[in-house]
Amino acid sequence: MTTTLPPAAPTGPGHPAQFTGTHVLGEPGQIDAEGVCAWFSGRLVLETVNLVMEQSKVTALIGPSGCGKSTFLRILNRMHEVVPGAQLAGEVRLDGVDIYGPGQRAMETRRHIGMVFQKPNPFPAMTIAENVLAGLKFSRISPANRDDLIEESLTKGGLWNEVKDRLGELGGALSGGQQQRLCIARSLAVKPRVLLMDEPCSALDPTSTLRIEQTIKEIANEVTVVIVTHNMQQAQRVSDYCAFFLAEENQPGRVIEAGRTEMIFGEPTDQRTFDYVNGQFG
Amino acid sequence: MTPDAATQTAPEGVLVRTTSASTQSFPARPTPDTGTVPSTDDTGPPAPPRPRRLPSPIRPSDFGTPDILILLAAAFSALCLVWIVFYQLTSLSGGLGFLICWYLVFLGLTWFGTAQFVERQVATDRVVAVVVVSAAMLMVGIIIFIVGWVTYKAVPTIHWSALFTKDQKVFQAADPNALSNNGVFHAIIGTFEQVMLAVLMGVPFAVATAIYLNEVRGFGSRTVRTVVTAMSGTPSVVAGVFIYSMLILTHVLNYSGFAASLALVVILLPSVTRVVEEVLRVVPSGLREASQALGAPEWRTVWSVVLPTARSGVVTAVLLGVARIVGETAPLLFTAFGSQVINWNAFSKDQGALPLVIWSDVRQAQPVLIDLAFQAAFVLMALVLILFVLARLFSRPRGRGGKRRKARPDEDDFMARIFIPVPIEESESR
Repeated sequence: MTTTLPPAAPTGPGHPAQFTGTHVLGEPGQIDAEGVCAWFSGRLVLETVNLVMEQSKVTALIGPSGCGKSTFLRILNRMHEVVPGAQLAGEVRLDGVDIYGPGQRAMETRRHIGMVFQKPNPFPAMTIAENVLAGLKFSRISPANRDDLIEESLTKGGLWNEVKDRLGELGGALSGGQQQRLCIARSLAVKPRVLLMDEPCSALDPTSTLRIEQTIKEIANEVTVVIVTHNMQQAQRVSDYCAFFLAEENQPGRVIEAGRTEMIFGEPTDQRTFDYVNGQFG
Repeated sequence: MTPDAATQTAPEGVLVRTTSASTQSFPARPTPDTGTVPSTDDTGPPAPPRPRRLPSPIRPSDFGTPDILILLAAAFSALCLVWIVFYQLTSLSGGLGFLICWYLVFLGLTWFGTAQFVERQVATDRVVAVVVVSAAMLMVGIIIFIVGWVTYKAVPTIHWSALFTKDQKVFQAADPNALSNNGVFHAIIGTFEQVMLAVLMGVPFAVATAIYLNEVRGFGSRTVRTVVTAMSGTPSVVAGVFIYSMLILTHVLNYSGFAASLALVVILLPSVTRVVEEVLRVVPSGLREASQALGAPEWRTVWSVVLPTARSGVVTAVLLGVARIVGETAPLLFTAFGSQVINWNAFSKDQGALPLVIWSDVRQAQPVLIDLAFQAAFVLMALVLILFVLARLFSRPRGRGGKRRKARPDEDDFMARIFIPVPIEESESR
């Protein structure tokens, strides 16, 4: 497929068309996925996904296991291509710039589109403070004020009050829920425009889950959030928009329905969506 | 077999142990075995809980006086029996054969005794336990014997001031003060320099190879792994011959400590590579993904996440590698060649080494030289011991039990500085 570099149409004054190279901080971005397909070792697993993830909103991707939600999420920040044998087609535009376009580098893209994984994975050899600053260290950026940035990021991650006296301890010393919030803080410290979350609560207990959902709501005005979840209630609680993925038998995954969360859960137009959100299958 | 049958078949006065508690009547148990039940009178605090005695010991550690008696009896009767059969009835001789026969009969009698007095299943269990424990004891015994023997031979003759300061330049067999005029300082210097050079040359290669095998997984990494494995089986004398024929016979190098360290690198490389590779393999892949998702390039991921996570393992691998080469003799024979005098320069002329001193001196006729050889062996063992202690210390996870003072990577960690160079960005900021 032909990849066209879209005309420079920045949505705001702070958004240059070529977002690589300059480190634009802070402002949330919008992701347009158009005609996204994905293959693993030649097998089509995701077919023609067209989806818009609105700026400053939380978009939830729901659907049964193996329907390509996580694959789609990983395509959004170029983590898909890390897997051997993975291929893809289509365009993913961050504020109008195709992240797979010529001249775009995966490393830069991932700084603008951060990711939080299912299993909490703070770097065990680093302290809490070092973990928060890890992304900047990797990009070889020295922050103007380390301590402020650490406090700001941990506050956004909802962890500051619990760890402010033990920033020098190792990241692995925290509980599972705290580790996951540390990972969120770590992702936020590089000031991404979009934060992708791949089932961030599935390894956590209900209390930690609630804390993280609270965190998601708090950060949503600063960063666009895309979250994959298996938990219907969670999708309802945290998201503004919802996309329902489904892979029918021997078929690649597709988006069945997408729209405002109230609509998907309240009055879905597709019968399969209705069945899924009401627990009829999956 | 029902418990009742067991009681009937067992001989009088013998304690029958069964796993079932039904030999006692359940309802009419006057006092509970456990102390967890609080006493009825409220005057005192409730008794602290005590462990309950089980009717039959299940774990091997539940080893009571009767069990020890059975073992002692088995050992003693085996001794008597084998002595009679071995020396009196048949005219066999030899201590080792006697020992082996005694051990086998001891095992048999242990089984028989336990089966008689306890239970057949317990007997099998007991015999296996005895075999395992005696294997461990034999192992420890051999090591203690070696260390003890060398210490016993070396320490009484050591002149500490001479050992660590003098060489064997003025050695004369007739000299009555030979031991206070001669030492192994030249060999200590040689070993130290050769091993340091080998580590400096070998470890970066070994770590890089391990990273290639495990992180890059590039073209031919399976072949490389096979070659590395095969290389670890290289006889060390071949490593010496290799350097000798390639570099010394061709006059590229002369006999020198440097040539010796090259031969040692051949020994060091595969062992360190394999251990580092194993260590890198246990670093969770989620950490690599997390690092990449933060925008780190692959080299950054390896440098800042994978290696620091595996830091203690890598340091241990290096120290174990050093312990492996520090006592190698064969690669030094025709590379360092050995010397009686202090030679500080590892890059020219023959150089001594502790293993070479042991090798050459212990075969001599003069008792003084044999004493010196044992002293060299003692020093070498002490070196290896120190290395192992260091390895244990540094293989502990970082930051255990205490807070780190400052959030600065590897601030207080001089070993990491030695073995893992400072990351580029930090050396720039300094």
